[in-house]
Amino acid sequence: MTPKTEEELAQMIAGANGPLRIKGGGTRPIGHCDGDELSTSAMSGISLYEPGALTIVAGAGTPIAEVEKTLAAENQRLAFEPMDHRALLGTKGTPTLGGMAAANVSGPRRISVGACRDFMLGVRFVDGAGNIVKNGGRVMKNVTGYDLVKLLTGSYGTLGVLTEISLKVLPNVETTGTLRLHGLTDRQAVQALSSALGSPFEATAAAHMPKGSTGDPVTMLRIEGFETSVKYRADKLKDLLKAYGEVEIAVGDGAEWTAVRDVNAFADQEGEVWRISTKPSDAPELAARLDAKALQYDWGGGLIWALTDTGRDLRATLGDFDGHATLVRGSAGVPTFQPEAPALAAITAGLRAKFDPRGILNSGIMN
Amino acid sequence: MEMPVPDASVLSRKAQIVERLAEVLPRNSVISDERETRAYECDALTAYKCPPLCAVLPANTKEVADVLRVCHELGVPVVPRGSGTSLAGGALPTADCVILGVAKMNDVIETNYDDRYIKVQTGRTNLSVTGAVETNGFFYAPDPSSQLACAIAGNIAMNSGGAHCLKYGVTTNNLMGVTMVMMDGTIVEIGGAHLDAGGLDILGVICGSEGQLGVVTEATLRILHKPEGARPVLMGYDSSEVAGQVVTDIIKAGILPVAIEFMDRPCIEATEAFAKAGYPMCEALLIVEVEGSNDEIDAQLKLIMEIAASHNPVELREAKDADEAGRIWLGRKSAFGAMGQINDYMCLDGTIPVSSLPFVLKRIGEMSKEFGLDVGNVFHAGDGNMHPLILFDANKPGDLELCEDFGAEILKLCVEVGGCLTGEHGVGIEKRDLMNVQYDPADLEAQMAIKDIFDPAWLLNAAKVFPLSSSEARRAA
Repeated sequence: MTPKTEEELAQMIAGANGPLRIKGGGTRPIGHCDGDELSTSAMSGISLYEPGALTIVAGAGTPIAEVEKTLAAENQRLAFEPMDHRALLGTKGTPTLGGMAAANVSGPRRISVGACRDFMLGVRFVDGAGNIVKNGGRVMKNVTGYDLVKLLTGSYGTLGVLTEISLKVLPNVETTGTLRLHGLTDRQAVQALSSALGSPFEATAAAHMPKGSTGDPVTMLRIEGFETSVKYRADKLKDLLKAYGEVEIAVGDGAEWTAVRDVNAFADQEGEVWRISTKPSDAPELAARLDAKALQYDWGGGLIWALTDTGRDLRATLGDFDGHATLVRGSAGVPTFQPEAPALAAITAGLRAKFDPRGILNSGIMN
Repeated sequence: MEMPVPDASVLSRKAQIVERLAEVLPRNSVISDERETRAYECDALTAYKCPPLCAVLPANTKEVADVLRVCHELGVPVVPRGSGTSLAGGALPTADCVILGVAKMNDVIETNYDDRYIKVQTGRTNLSVTGAVETNGFFYAPDPSSQLACAIAGNIAMNSGGAHCLKYGVTTNNLMGVTMVMMDGTIVEIGGAHLDAGGLDILGVICGSEGQLGVVTEATLRILHKPEGARPVLMGYDSSEVAGQVVTDIIKAGILPVAIEFMDRPCIEATEAFAKAGYPMCEALLIVEVEGSNDEIDAQLKLIMEIAASHNPVELREAKDADEAGRIWLGRKSAFGAMGQINDYMCLDGTIPVSSLPFVLKRIGEMSKEFGLDVGNVFHAGDGNMHPLILFDANKPGDLELCEDFGAEILKLCVEVGGCLTGEHGVGIEKRDLMNVQYDPADLEAQMAIKDIFDPAWLLNAAKVFPLSSSEARRAA
C-alpha cells in the first residue's frame, strides 16, 4: 500500500484488518515485524522552506537527500547530521525524512547541537485507529499543549504513521577543523574528549576508534565555524590536550566525519552491531566487558558502537547500567530494544494501546 | 476565567484529609490554616486567586509519593507548585485541591563535570543550578527571565525557555533524566546521565506537560562550559519591516547569535523613562549578542555590523567593554518593570514565523486602537517568540476582561500566521480555552489520551491546558 495523501492513509489504516509494516525508504530495518507493507514514499515533497526562519516542512516520504540539497542551496543544513544506515545494514533504497524521524536518527553532532528530536518542530500523523493528528507546528518555540512531536520521534512507527514533518535547520559552516590524537587507551581517549567537551571551545563531534584505519587508536575532535575561529579554537584545544600527546590539526570540509557518522568501519565486517548510549565516563569499562570484535566511541564516549559475535544478548553482560543498548544489526532471537523497568514499561504499553488500540502498527517492534 | 466547581465532598472532608497527610509528613510540612494557605492562592498571574484546601511541602521523593498516594486514595485533586512564578496560572489552586510545593527540595544530588551534568532536586531555583557549577566555569543554559526565583520543577512543567535559546535550546533540549512520581504514588525513573533516553521519548512528553502527568522530584540536567566572552550590539531602525529584514539577513549569512532581542517604540519609550539606558527613539530596536573569544566576537560583530549598516540604521552601537554591554542590556532587562510602572500589564508569549513579524506588529498596532489599550512589544526575534505587553488598569471595572479579549485576538493572529499560542510560558488557565483555535478535537483528544494513562482519574492539575468543555467528561468521571 502506498497512499498518496493523508486522507487515503487514514482510510487504509482504519480499514486494515491485519498488522501493517510501515516503510519509509526501507533503509533502516531495525527490529522485526510482520504485516502488509505500508509505504509513505508517495507523501513526498517540500511544502515550505524559509531560510530566514530556519524552518523547513516536508512530507514524510521526502528523501533526505532532496531536503539536504534544498538546504545546501541556501547554505543551511540538518545540523543533527542524520546517519545513513545503508552501508552498515546492507540496505538499498532512499532514506526518507519519515524514517529518520521515526528512528530519531542523529549523528556525531548530537553531542553539541542535539538529536533529531531536538530539531523536530511539528508532525502530522495518522494513529492506529485512523485518526489524523497534528502537534507542534513550524515555529521554534512552542509549548502549546503536550509535546507529541517528541513522542512520535523515535517511536518507530508504533504510535502512528508520520505524514508531514517540520524541522529546525541551521546555517552551514565555513570551515571544519579535525584534531587527531594517536595511541590513547579507551580510558585516556574518553578523558581527553571530556576535557575538550567541557571547555569553552565548542567541539561539535568527539569520537574514538580503538583501531583506526591503520589499526592503531585514533581519537578525533571536530571544530566548526568561520575559518579564523576554527584555527583559534583548534590551537586552544591542542594546548588543552597536550598532556595526551601530539595533536594533528587538519582544516578542510570535514568529510572524514561521514565515516564516523555511518560507522563505516563495521560495514563490511561480519557480526552483530550494537548501539549503546551511556554515561561517557562509564563507557570504557562497559566496552571492555563486551568482548567485542570491534568498537567505536562517539559522543565523547557516550555512544558505543560494538561489533560482536552473533546470537549474544549484550544486556546480560552490561547488567544494570546508566543507559540502554539497541541491537541495530542482528538476529531475530535477541530483543532489539532495551527492556524497560516495570513502571516505565506500563506507561509505554498504555501509550501504545491508546494510539494503536488494535496493535497493528509495526507491532513486533519495541515490544 | 471559569474554573470547575469545587468538589463539595472534598471540601467537607478537609479535617480528615489534613490528618491523613499529617500522618505521612512532618507536622510543619502540612499547611491548613486559612491565614497561611493564602500564601498559595495564586502564582504570577495575579488576576486570579483561590486559596487551596491545604498545602504540603514534602522534602524528598518518598514524601511526595506518600502525599500523592494519600490524595489518590481519598480522591483529592492536587496542584503541583514550583516557585509560583507561572505567568499562565499553571499553579493556580482550586478550592478543593492540595497544593504540593517542592520548595523544600532544593538539594544538589550530584555534579559531574567530566560527563557534564548536574542532578538536583527540582525545588532548586534555575539560577542556583548555575550557581552550583559556575565556580568550575559551567552553567545551565535555559534562562527564563524569572530565573532568580523560578524552580526547575516549574521549568520542566512548562518547558521554559529564555533569551538564549536560539543557540542553547529550551528546557527539553537540556533535560536528560527525571525521577517522577505519578498520581497513584508510583515512582518512575526516566533517562539518566546518558543522551537520548531509551524507548519511547516519554521524557519529551513529560517536559511541558504542565504538572498534569506527575510530579518531577529530581532532574538530571546538561551543563555546559561558559563561553570565553559575550558581547552585544544595539541597532535602531525606522520600521519593524527593516528590523525584521536585518534579523533574516543575519541568520541567512550563517551567523547564529546567542540572542536577538527586539523592542518596539512604546516599549523603548517606557524603558527610557524608567531605566535611562540611552536607547534611540525609533520604531524598532534590536540587540544582537554573540559569544566566543575576543577575536571571534570581533569577527562575528564585524559581519553583523555590515549587515546592520546596509539597512540605514538610525543608531548602531557596539559594546566595547562589559560596562557598555551592561548598558545595552539594561533597557531590555528592565522592559517588564518599566511597563509595570505605567500600569498593570498582561504579558503574552505567542510565537510567529519570523517572516510574519512586520504584519503581526502592524495588526497589533491597529487592534490596540480598536480596543483602546496600549501595547508594547518585546520579542525574542531570532525564534519568533513575541512578548506583547498589554497595559490595563486592574482597578477599572471591565478593563481586565477587555485586556484578555485583546490578548486572545493577538494569540489567534499568531496561530493564523502559522505560529502558536505560547512559546515558553505554557497554557495554564490563561490560554486553556483558546486551545481550540490551534488544535482540532482529534489533536486535543490525542493529548488528553496521554493524561488518561498517567492520571486516569484526572486529579493532577486537571483544570489546566485543555478547554474545560473538552476535558469535562474526563474530570467528572
